Amino acid sequence: MTAADVTSDSNLNVMRPRESAGGFNHRSRARALRNHIARVVMWTAFAVAMVPLVWILWSVITKGGALLLNSHWWTNSQRGITNRMVGGGAIHAIEGTLIEALATAVMAVPIGVMTAIYLVEYGRGRLARVVSFTVDILTGIPSIVAALFIYAVWVTTFGFQRVGFAVCLALVLLMIPVIVRSTEEMLKLVPNELREASYALGVPKWKTIARVVVPTAFSGIITGILLGLARVMGETAPLLILGPYTKSIATDLFSGLIPTLPTMINQDRTEVLQPAVDRVWGAAMTLILLILLLNIAGRLVSRLGAPKT
Amino acid sequence: MAKRIDVKDLNIFYGAFKAVEDVTMTVEPRSVTAFIGPSGCGKSTLLRTFNRMHEVIPGARVVGSVHLDDADIYGSNVDPVAVRRTVGMVFQRPNPFPTMTIGDNVAAGLRLNGLRDKKILAEKVEGSLRKANLWDEVKDRLKKPGAGLSGGQQQRLCIARAIAVEPQVLLMDEPCSALDPISTLAIEDLVSELKSTYTIVIVTHNMQQAARVSDRTAFFTLSATGKPGRLIEMDDTQKMFSNPTERTTEDYISGRFG
Repeated sequence: MTAADVTSDSNLNVMRPRESAGGFNHRSRARALRNHIARVVMWTAFAVAMVPLVWILWSVITKGGALLLNSHWWTNSQRGITNRMVGGGAIHAIEGTLIEALATAVMAVPIGVMTAIYLVEYGRGRLARVVSFTVDILTGIPSIVAALFIYAVWVTTFGFQRVGFAVCLALVLLMIPVIVRSTEEMLKLVPNELREASYALGVPKWKTIARVVVPTAFSGIITGILLGLARVMGETAPLLILGPYTKSIATDLFSGLIPTLPTMINQDRTEVLQPAVDRVWGAAMTLILLILLLNIAGRLVSRLGAPKT
Repeated sequence: MAKRIDVKDLNIFYGAFKAVEDVTMTVEPRSVTAFIGPSGCGKSTLLRTFNRMHEVIPGARVVGSVHLDDADIYGSNVDPVAVRRTVGMVFQRPNPFPTMTIGDNVAAGLRLNGLRDKKILAEKVEGSLRKANLWDEVKDRLKKPGAGLSGGQQQRLCIARAIAVEPQVLLMDEPCSALDPISTLAIEDLVSELKSTYTIVIVTHNMQQAARVSDRTAFFTLSATGKPGRLIEMDDTQKMFSNPTERTTEDYISGRFG
């Protein structure tokens, strides 16, 4: 059945199904046509959505993939490498990004998960509404605003140096709402019957939450944390404002320079010399790969804790 | 072991809405008491006040008293958690914990209340599953998830989980309404066995079931939608089903309304 079949048959009242011998109506042509159109639209939308994704992956892999095959990329930093020179690696930026992400997660995950638990399990009335509204506002904060806010507090008000830890604080602000919202959704999915079953066994509320509700929602919570982490790892504005780049390995969050993959990309992005341009693509590829690996690791972790069927 | 429940002038509210009005009744120990009545008459609501599960719902409260033997469970310094350890509950739909194995489900109440000894836990798990007539069916797969069992088995698992904490009273809120006739029969047999040790209160929509399993029957109804439910009469099951005192009871039992 195509659109042409229907339009050529001008005598047919396409809106009214015809009776067949068995008493059942024939599938109406109008409905078949609508089905066809809907299907075409859906597939087109899917294809349109895929184009930029595939395009980005293709460019990054073709332009940056080769560098990653060299073992130096994973063991060396950019120390002493100029934009004319080939070589060096990204280990300084990889380490920096991972440390930043870890420190951010250590701060943001407990706050985010506990806020979600409060909102779903305990929150009633005015305070809960205020908390929920605040989380909504946090969700909408642009990363540059979060970064400047921390700059205002950390550097302007307290007079501290720009250090990796300040970057983490800005990232925490960005990560908390993501974790709160996703954890909240997951906790809401836990059937009330399970909570009641636990209460009926004489288990106190906090223990019910810790041992029944959270484990049941565990895999979803992990997924939410990973989404938050992925966002934070690619975030650039706080790094530009609070975390100055360096070509050497620097893993101390409290001592100034902190190299990361996004700032490594930013550092060389205006270069025209090929070795530096290649490294930009390599760093981009590395960042995508890191987030991918993190997602896979998270899937494995969440599978271990998922409800058994 | 089994305790008597004395309810006196109990009114149950959801916020401003009065769901149950002026219930006074006595539930005898070591017997099965059935609550019957049309939907919305407050029988499940009343059941949930016996272990203070009622107040889990925001805005819910009671006026009046419920005594377990001589202890007022709504006394000012009574911990609802302690009440629920004494009064177990089985729900309408089987609700095993999805993250736990069959064995862990049965042990859940004990373990979450702090029992650590593996040997004692294993004994209690086996004992409870035997009492729930489920041991032979699951003894080889205690490490498998509880969600993999059939509906009837899951419900018996929930009963095993409820009796593992050794309550004195067992409340059952339409425990068979999600089950097929064979599983229902298994649960009914189980109820008849358990009544030698526990005080059992069972809410049911199935009057044949009430007639089969219970010693005493309480009939509730409401005069109109939005009005509170009331206890119409409570008597020996045999009398309730053959020669009830109240006209409404007879009408309901003979199927003339409800």
